[in-house]
Amino acid sequence: MSDLVVALVGKYNYWLCVVLMMIGLYAVIAKKNLIKKLVGMNIFQTSIILFYVSIGCKKGATIPILEHRADHSVLVDATHYINPLPHVLMLTAIVVSVSTFGVALALALKVYRKHKTLEEDEILMQLRSE
Amino acid sequence: MKAIGLIIVIITGGLLLYATQDFPSWGDPASPASTHIATYHLEKAYEETSVPNVVTAVLADYRSFDTMFETGVIFCAGLGCFVLLRLFRKREDSYYRHVSTGITLHIKGGKIPDASSEFERIDTLWTPYDLIVKAVCRILAPFVQLFGLYVIAHGHHSPGGGFQGGVILGASVILLAISHDMRTAIGRVSEKTIHILMAVGVLLYAGIGALCMFLGTNFLDYGSLSRILFTNEIEARSLGILGVEVGVGITVMAVMISIYNNLSSEGRQDEGL
Amino acid sequence: MIEHYPALIVVLPLLFAFVVSGAAWIRKSLCFPLAVIGMGLSALFSLLLLVQVAATGLVEYRLGGWETPWGIGYHVDYLNGLVVAVVTVLAFVNMIATRKNVIQETPEKAGAFYSLYLLFIVGLTGILLTGDLFNLYVLLEVASLTSYALIGMGSGRAPMSSLNYLFVGTVGGCFYLLGVGYLYIMTGSLNMVDVATLLPQLFNSSAIVMAFIFCMVGVSIKMAFFPLHMWLPNAYGSAPTASAGLIAPLMTKVMVYVLIRLILTVFSVDFAFVVLKMGDPMVWLSSLAIVAGAVFALAQKNLKRMFCYIIVSEIGYMMGGAWLGNNAGMTGAILHILNDAIMTLCLFLCAGSIFYRIGGLDLDRLKGLFRKMPVTMACFVTGALSIIGVPPTCGFFSKWYLISGGLAAGQYGFVAALLFSSLVNAILFFRVIEISYYGDFEDHHGHGSSPEAIMDSPASMLVPLLIVSLGLIVVGFYTGGIVSHLINPILLKQGF
Repeated sequence: MSDLVVALVGKYNYWLCVVLMMIGLYAVIAKKNLIKKLVGMNIFQTSIILFYVSIGCKKGATIPILEHRADHSVLVDATHYINPLPHVLMLTAIVVSVSTFGVALALALKVYRKHKTLEEDEILMQLRSE
Repeated sequence: MKAIGLIIVIITGGLLLYATQDFPSWGDPASPASTHIATYHLEKAYEETSVPNVVTAVLADYRSFDTMFETGVIFCAGLGCFVLLRLFRKREDSYYRHVSTGITLHIKGGKIPDASSEFERIDTLWTPYDLIVKAVCRILAPFVQLFGLYVIAHGHHSPGGGFQGGVILGASVILLAISHDMRTAIGRVSEKTIHILMAVGVLLYAGIGALCMFLGTNFLDYGSLSRILFTNEIEARSLGILGVEVGVGITVMAVMISIYNNLSSEGRQDEGL
Repeated sequence: MIEHYPALIVVLPLLFAFVVSGAAWIRKSLCFPLAVIGMGLSALFSLLLLVQVAATGLVEYRLGGWETPWGIGYHVDYLNGLVVAVVTVLAFVNMIATRKNVIQETPEKAGAFYSLYLLFIVGLTGILLTGDLFNLYVLLEVASLTSYALIGMGSGRAPMSSLNYLFVGTVGGCFYLLGVGYLYIMTGSLNMVDVATLLPQLFNSSAIVMAFIFCMVGVSIKMAFFPLHMWLPNAYGSAPTASAGLIAPLMTKVMVYVLIRLILTVFSVDFAFVVLKMGDPMVWLSSLAIVAGAVFALAQKNLKRMFCYIIVSEIGYMMGGAWLGNNAGMTGAILHILNDAIMTLCLFLCAGSIFYRIGGLDLDRLKGLFRKMPVTMACFVTGALSIIGVPPTCGFFSKWYLISGGLAAGQYGFVAALLFSSLVNAILFFRVIEISYYGDFEDHHGHGSSPEAIMDSPASMLVPLLIVSLGLIVVGFYTGGIVSHLINPILLKQGF
């Protein structure tokens, strides 16, 4: 029991991110409205971004922007600064998520233009009767 | 479908949670992620690139290849929205107002009055004329752009950089499109300009990389730029990072405006929100 | 110049893509020539790179000049070199062959179409050449986004199919990203070779097992491995002809390459087969995929959808071959990547040519086509023979390796599925050949042409089609050389 509590205190951020991911994944699979599926996909991607960013934290450390000084060879203590690499990776992932959202909205608009509805079952019915 | 979804989600969530038992604790400074590559970046970034913001240094120098493709992704999104939505046919229904008398004309597929000072086009969804909103947004737009340029240029020393600044620059034009109407914004920044700017920004990024290749080193190795910029290698890296960030900012601005135009007008680019 | 080949293969189409999209707004007639030049240069450099790799064994390229793992590096060995050459050459052939299709189907956005085409190739070649796990994710998303837009451009049910593909594909990409995240937490590195050196002491950790499973599931979704294949028939079946000819032969095969690369280089063969013991269940799943693809293909009434289910079946061949765990099986899988790409391109080009002339691809509209379009149907017969597995076409040799690998590993279910699939493919294709040979051509367009007149497609479509069909036979003859010079060295190095 005590190691469960230790695990909870040490890793609750990862657990929360996993719960958020599953909410998003459920929306993509189970919802019938196209925009709701899109929002679910966005929640899924955003929670993965939170997961990565939380990897980079260190206790008692500050943001990785060094003080600007003329002397380029002053030693930097790496434990004072949080890990910059997940932030860099997630800048890319945020841009990818926004781009996918944009293309998905364009496709949803095109579907709406043709079928005049955004509910998946009505669209399938119209396609089957063609 | 809901039952299948629930089962899949429970199994996946269970597997993910089960796998976290081996993770290092949150915030542990001795974890492999915090000690392996990150230490090198934190310790060496300033002396090798002269950029205090380590995130910008890693983004635009150590992993600049990723950032180039990230800019490519956003270019694809802009181009994708254009390809999917753009209709070059004019709308069937249009509304015009005779300026001097205030009479509104609803024209359905007939001859449209020429652009003149007597007839002005109004949106299908009527919005009230709001002087305060229009005047304030028109005055604010240049300040927003100035802030966007500041964010791009100051990415070396504070959180910021090309992507963030580009979005702010794009937002200034979208502000104009929302407060006035889309035709005003397109009149200021035409569609042809937007598409050419989209290409120019990413070409600037890839072009700097190709220039480095011509000058002898590998692709995107800014050190060789020191030969044409007449400075030492470290400063050349800093200037190379600035150059690519400017390229990124241009592309992101153009893509944001293009996606907004195409999505809100459903491809016709005549009326918007 | 010679040391920059890996970067040039990816960067040249990228530069030309942006120039083409800018040129579309200045002078439209420049778009196609520029796109062809960009694609052709990339194909040329990838062939030269293959020659270089065959001579030296391994080509590494540091991007930005930084040493790995601090920066990103390209890692090109025999496997990459072979697949990247195949991908670029086939994309070049497809671009030339489908020019008239693009003019027929999407004329006013041709500039943007070619720009997206080149960006798709950038994504694929980047996936193939990179040695960094996160870079692979970014390029995967480049390829995916462009394919959503390229497929969604079509008419009819294309936007809905593309949106469905978008949802499934993004979830797959995110699963792969999750797997990479788990690997990063446990090892602290993103470079493939670096992770491979850090992993062996962590083999018992549940996080590494989950990382492997999530990477596998993500890649399987993108390669349409049964039962995650539901998006493929709709998406590729309703796409415009030029997009289908580009995406269908290449995208799923590149995902198979990613899987093989993850097994061979990152996670190591020991982990996949000994620690996890995943060989047997995966081979059973692959056999199921082969049978399901074949059975569904029998029920289709549209030629393109039939081809899509054949693709699902072929993915089962490759996955089963990779998971058999012996030299012959893996050789068969890698050889089948090469062969299946050429075969699928041949079939889709035939479908494109038929669609250009007839305007529809339902099976009953193909009556009497042998007399009307003899060259197209001759190439179709060659492609059909290759899929069935008749020597000397290349399809026979890869199937031979897969069957001998299956027998050596004792996986008789897999061998039975392969033979069943060959039989069903024979039935499928002979049915089509019978309809097109014996029926009377019904003229739906009202052209008023006499029944004996030949109205085959223009030369710009037929010449590439003939080249690809001849390629099927030529590659078949050279199989021995390919296996001994290019495939065996990789497998021997990994301990197969």
